[in-house]
Amino acid sequence: MANIIKLRVNGAVHPVNADPQNSLLSVLRDQLDLTGTKYGCGEAQCGACTVLIDGHPRRSCITPVGAAVGRQITTIEGLEQNGKLNPVQEAFLEEQAMQCGYCTSGMIMAAVAFLKTNPNPTDEEIAHGMEGNICRCGTYPRIVAAVQRAAQKGAQS
Amino acid sequence: MMDERSIFSGGKTAAADELEPERYEFRARAVHHFDLQRRDFFKLLGAGVLVACAIKPVAARQEAGGRPSGGVGFSEPPLPQEISAWLHVGENGGVTVYTGKVEIGQNIRTSLAQAVAEELRYPIAKVELVMGDTQLTPYDMGTFGSRTTPTMNLQLRKVAAAARHQIVALAAMKWNVDSQKLKAVSGRVELTGTKRSITYTELLAGQQLTAVIPADDPLIPPAQWTVEGKSIAKVDGRDFVTGKHRYPSDQNLPGMLHGKILRPPSFGATLASVNAASFDLADNVTFVHDGDFAGVAAATPEAATRALNALQAKWNEQPQISNNGLFDYLKSNPIEATGFEGASKYEIGMVDKDLAAADHQLRQTYTVSYIQHAPLEPRAAVAQWSGNMLTVWTGTQRPFAVRTELAQAMHVPEEQVRVQMPDMGSGYGGKHTGECAVEAARLARAANAPVKVVWTREEEFTWAYFRPAGAIDVAGGIQKDGTLTAWEFTNYNSGAAGIRTYYEAPSQRILFQPTRYPLRQGSYRALAATANHFARESFMDELAHAAKMDPLEFRLKNLKDERLRAVFQAAAEKFGWKRQAPAPGHGFGIGGGFEKGGNVATCVEVAVDRESGFVKIMRVVTAFECGAIVNPDNLKNQIIGGNIMGLGGALFEKIEFANGRVLNAKFSKYRVPRFSDVPPIEVVLLDRRDIAPAGAGETPLVGLAPAIGNAIFQATGKRLRSLPMIPNGLNRA
Ligand code: FES
Ligand code: FES
Repeated sequence: MANIIKLRVNGAVHPVNADPQNSLLSVLRDQLDLTGTKYGCGEAQCGACTVLIDGHPRRSCITPVGAAVGRQITTIEGLEQNGKLNPVQEAFLEEQAMQCGYCTSGMIMAAVAFLKTNPNPTDEEIAHGMEGNICRCGTYPRIVAAVQRAAQKGAQS
Repeated sequence: MMDERSIFSGGKTAAADELEPERYEFRARAVHHFDLQRRDFFKLLGAGVLVACAIKPVAARQEAGGRPSGGVGFSEPPLPQEISAWLHVGENGGVTVYTGKVEIGQNIRTSLAQAVAEELRYPIAKVELVMGDTQLTPYDMGTFGSRTTPTMNLQLRKVAAAARHQIVALAAMKWNVDSQKLKAVSGRVELTGTKRSITYTELLAGQQLTAVIPADDPLIPPAQWTVEGKSIAKVDGRDFVTGKHRYPSDQNLPGMLHGKILRPPSFGATLASVNAASFDLADNVTFVHDGDFAGVAAATPEAATRALNALQAKWNEQPQISNNGLFDYLKSNPIEATGFEGASKYEIGMVDKDLAAADHQLRQTYTVSYIQHAPLEPRAAVAQWSGNMLTVWTGTQRPFAVRTELAQAMHVPEEQVRVQMPDMGSGYGGKHTGECAVEAARLARAANAPVKVVWTREEEFTWAYFRPAGAIDVAGGIQKDGTLTAWEFTNYNSGAAGIRTYYEAPSQRILFQPTRYPLRQGSYRALAATANHFARESFMDELAHAAKMDPLEFRLKNLKDERLRAVFQAAAEKFGWKRQAPAPGHGFGIGGGFEKGGNVATCVEVAVDRESGFVKIMRVVTAFECGAIVNPDNLKNQIIGGNIMGLGGALFEKIEFANGRVLNAKFSKYRVPRFSDVPPIEVVLLDRRDIAPAGAGETPLVGLAPAIGNAIFQATGKRLRSLPMIPNGLNRA
């Protein structure tokens, strides 16, 4: 059943052997060993699996890998550039916006996408924009603060 | 006969190492004697000083070996077999700490490193913790019950202090001076009054020192802390924002297969037959059928799922009770047994007489539903056999208990099983067991290859254990002036944690009654303290209204405990309890209590829309005191996180089940708190540097639910006595 698909992930092209119906999440995690993208629900409810496809936030758990062919896929592993963290990553560290950290990748990816559409959000807008991401440890207020901080960084740069 | 003191942990007198009866998932543990081979150790880690912390009292000659006085006694005493932690300061400057505790999101990897850095007087960046690896770390019962800070933190501080003393003694010997004249500062020993100093690494070159901590080693008092007591960032935080950290479900091994387990259609169903005839040959499926266990393994998760769907199974099911009628069922099915399994009771005074004689007498029933921990990372395990040796990476709060489970299930001695616990995607008391590890191990043995099993969200919602549901009957009697005279409190099934009252009442009858129950149940963050505080603190509010007293005044009138009074007053002060009255349609509520060494009080303001019944939590103020504060920033993080998690159980989380099936085993059907549910939460920390620190992962959440219920009552006159209080979302009060 060789079924070679070419995926462009974090700037590099990877040939993978997968049924186009398989979820992008399992291809990333199980074939490309990009385990920063997490499974939390498999039904687009928690956001742990969020990746960017052509810059838009997508739930990789319900995205067939076939639908990502020919597009730019960015995962949490691709945010850091030449050893420099993305401002959102920096802000999460500065605010210590995590406990167990399992939701963190999905939160950061969602926040990166959100700030592109709304670079100067209010706290309410952040909460609304991130509503689809669950943090069971309840670090929501810090996450809001981190996104706010990242927005400010963006404004400065 | 039941023993009151050993069963009730809610009283202030309870010892820290008692287990609450609602930890149903625990079994008697096998005591493991860890064989610490001194020579192997130095071979592994290189020269330096090794300090172990003995669980059992150490023989005098060993103590002598650990005492740095005059620089003598560095012989080779046999190390004790039962130790709880050890630490190695290497000649290369690295410090390695070994503890059986695990990191599940409470940031103990950081707070324990802080403790060591403080006592050792060493840069925290060079302190590495090896945690929860049954081969490398000493036995530990598990990471639960807010015990890490009061126990392991203290032990590591002692261990690190002993290592510092050893190092200082080396310098004293080298310079031939009294060690009193020496001072350890940031990895160097200095001779006071001179410029002379030497690094730890220079002192330790070529040394192979061992010590067992003396019980009376003086510690640095909290008032002089320089690293402890500070907000230190998560030690490996960068790995979490880059996706680099590997959680248990992220472990990948070469040649690894993916496993799926055939689940029964309902709880307690037994497997009558299973037919595996129709696998896709190309999928190269490993199939295991062993008793009621059936599972498959294949090269990809998709192939394993295909194989699972191809299985044809027949099950024998049993009729079971459902949500409807649950509380009647619990109350009418008590377990009549003695000892740990049975009822436990605390009684003083003459309750019936004092109740009858009271000016006001009240009686109410409160209930709590089954809820799920729903940790964002579900259960996961990777198992690998090499010959008869089994290695399992899995997410658990109790790696050593999981090792026992694996050894028993796989019929191998414990020595042949190694469990490793990478920092995991949390647990909240829900990951004390090793079922997923056993499943992976069973499949791996059949497949002759490493196998990974990751539970789906539905599996986690169905086959993990639940926080026990319960019904609580409370009766109380007060005099006209608001003095509480009689108190009766019976908890059916939910548990005994936090069941004792801290309010003064001359007559009390407090009973925990275990019952037969329909769902697999076990520990949950704060255990039954949430249910018991909800009932007690709601009922106190009802009594206050009966006495026509301010709920805070009524509490303080009946409360002597100074620490608890202090948090009530601090929360009320910050909240403005007395300074302002709630606006129309708004209500104020207060609730608080004591559990696991922590004192908490929470004030809440709600707004209720009369037309729609929509309830909005406007703000929360929580005052918390758990002795000396180890890391204020992390403590706040825990308190706020605990309150937000508690919001779910207070307002809407509830497992719906019928006939042995969970009906809402998905996040789309089981609502957990999200961003927009979070009100502004203010935290007031009371730092008691004169009191040894206690843990804070659990207690902060117990005041929230009653405070919300009491606030809703004030706003609407409607008393909500069941958790969750508003199960269908916030729009039906
Ligand atoms: S795993 Fe995709 S949204 Fe939860
Ligand atoms: S930090 Fe644990 S789920 Fe968000």
